[in-house]
Amino acid sequence: MSEIAIQNIIKPENLVYQKSRLMTEKPLSYCPGCGHGTAHRLIMEVIDELGKENDTIGVAPVGCSVLAYEFMDIDMQEAAHGRAPALATAIKRLWPDKVVFTYQGDGDLAAIGTAETIHACNRGEKIVIVFVNNGIYGMTGGQMAPTTLEGMKTSTSPYGRDVALMGNPLKITELVAQLPGTYYVTRQSVHNPGAVRKAKKAIKKAFQNQIDNAPGLSFIEIVSNCNSGWKMTPVDANNWMVDNMFPYYPIGDIKVDGELIK
Amino acid sequence: MGELRLMKGNEALAEAMIRAGADGYFGYPITPQSEVIEYLTAAKPHESTGMVVLQAESEVASINMLYGGGATGKKVCTSSSSPGISLMQEGLSYIAGAEIPVVVVNVVRGGPGLGDIQPSQSDYFQSTKGGGHGDYRLIVLAPSSVQEMSDFVPIAFDLAFKYRNPVMIQSDGAIGQMMEKVELFEPIPRLTDKQVKDLYPWATNGKPKGGQRRIMTSLDLDPARLERHNHHLQEKYHTIDENEVRFEEFNCEDADYVIVAYGSSARISQKALQLLRAKGIKVGLLRPITLWPYPTKKIQELVKQGVKGFLSVEMSAGQMVEDVKLAVNGKVKVEFFGRVGGIIPSPEEVVDALEHKLIGE
Repeated sequence: MSEIAIQNIIKPENLVYQKSRLMTEKPLSYCPGCGHGTAHRLIMEVIDELGKENDTIGVAPVGCSVLAYEFMDIDMQEAAHGRAPALATAIKRLWPDKVVFTYQGDGDLAAIGTAETIHACNRGEKIVIVFVNNGIYGMTGGQMAPTTLEGMKTSTSPYGRDVALMGNPLKITELVAQLPGTYYVTRQSVHNPGAVRKAKKAIKKAFQNQIDNAPGLSFIEIVSNCNSGWKMTPVDANNWMVDNMFPYYPIGDIKVDGELIK
Repeated sequence: MGELRLMKGNEALAEAMIRAGADGYFGYPITPQSEVIEYLTAAKPHESTGMVVLQAESEVASINMLYGGGATGKKVCTSSSSPGISLMQEGLSYIAGAEIPVVVVNVVRGGPGLGDIQPSQSDYFQSTKGGGHGDYRLIVLAPSSVQEMSDFVPIAFDLAFKYRNPVMIQSDGAIGQMMEKVELFEPIPRLTDKQVKDLYPWATNGKPKGGQRRIMTSLDLDPARLERHNHHLQEKYHTIDENEVRFEEFNCEDADYVIVAYGSSARISQKALQLLRAKGIKVGLLRPITLWPYPTKKIQELVKQGVKGFLSVEMSAGQMVEDVKLAVNGKVKVEFFGRVGGIIPSPEEVVDALEHKLIGE
């Protein structure tokens, strides 16, 4: 296609997709095919659509998304590994009119930060937790996570996760749903356009809950891939995720408006 | 004259937190300082000043609540005792790296490990030499009375915000638990959200309209930038060292020998000083109020003035004595006397140590 033809196509009326306004110009540091970038974008779109650009404080974790604050064009804090819900608790209590969220991976939220996660949920802190679960420690080079599936090979379970030796994959989302302090608990994914639309709807609901001062915490798990850690192509990783992760971590709402889904 | 009350050190501290206009206290109970959170929850400051008081799930959580709250520009504080303060070291390192103003109180007890619940000063190394990882400093204030448990709270907040640095008030179980008369200072109103935003443009409390976002982090993956940040921190520490040294001296003008002691040890040493003076021995007492920055220059002046020897008196196995030795730099004799494990030395023991270790038979 010629340059002139392309210029003729780039017109507002033809616009179907663009970079989210609240994503910075910084190129994402994530591997091609990783779900983090999409998850970041959805949160920023929701904050933009809810008009909360100037009233939101985000807390980044330690893990692959340790640099989340580089990509999100809002006020951000960078927590120590696992401690994001503690930071968010204080921010929200001291600034109850602001919107506060954490963005955490599986090692951060479900291993080293389990106490902070459980207690923030149990106190019913009026915050949003976005939990990206790819069943592996991506940043440090593919070690076993609390959510690594049975039999799954990682650099610290090189012969596959043996649950007799290494324990079972932790369904932390089902666990926090049991706590009276959680108001909305859902599990989503971002591996195809339909899933992305549903995930965005869930994220928007979670933030809307907080804006509406709903009595409790909103928790969104996003089951995602780690093609480099899983040592697969992005397409194979997504297919493997659908075939293996989804049966153990089923997609859908777990608790809505404080009521567990039967 | 402010309001007079008979209070425990821990209670005076808690009352001072409310009066200092603190926005939030986040803590976890531990002996010998649980009265702090008990007093705060009973006082219900959320109904009077609007101050938030929250019992966290651990000291790890409470220090990270301070990280989050302090990074928004609010005045936040916590208190604990030695084992709990050890748990906070990771958080303090992050807070120092990200330059967040917070106030942390350590009512020190005997160690190591779970130790006991009796007063001690064995956390001096931890508070003044780093404690957590990386090159950083805490400003450390050491009260020696219930009055100072109250008075040092607003000073600690002022220093924390002046330098955007964590400040520790390092007390001990004796000062925390004992009751004394205390004159309370007039309450300082909490800042409004607008005042916080105007005064602290660095704080992450919502990106300004039409302005730039703020980031609070201790991470920088670029070593050249991280080196520059470290240099910036070191320059700040140098400024603090130049400007914020605090101490008190007794009878040093004509002293042949000087006892160096802080906190409870300084109280005991004051009595020892009287006993020694009664014997005709010219003894002075130097009480460091800031443990970091340390009154190094004052000690050097005393050496120049003709002091023949120093005795560091501590409730530890000999920690602060290293700083006395560094200041003296071999010019005169430096000796140490201490009790450990939660034992408080008697004035007579201090007298004996000075006569035998410093003056000689």
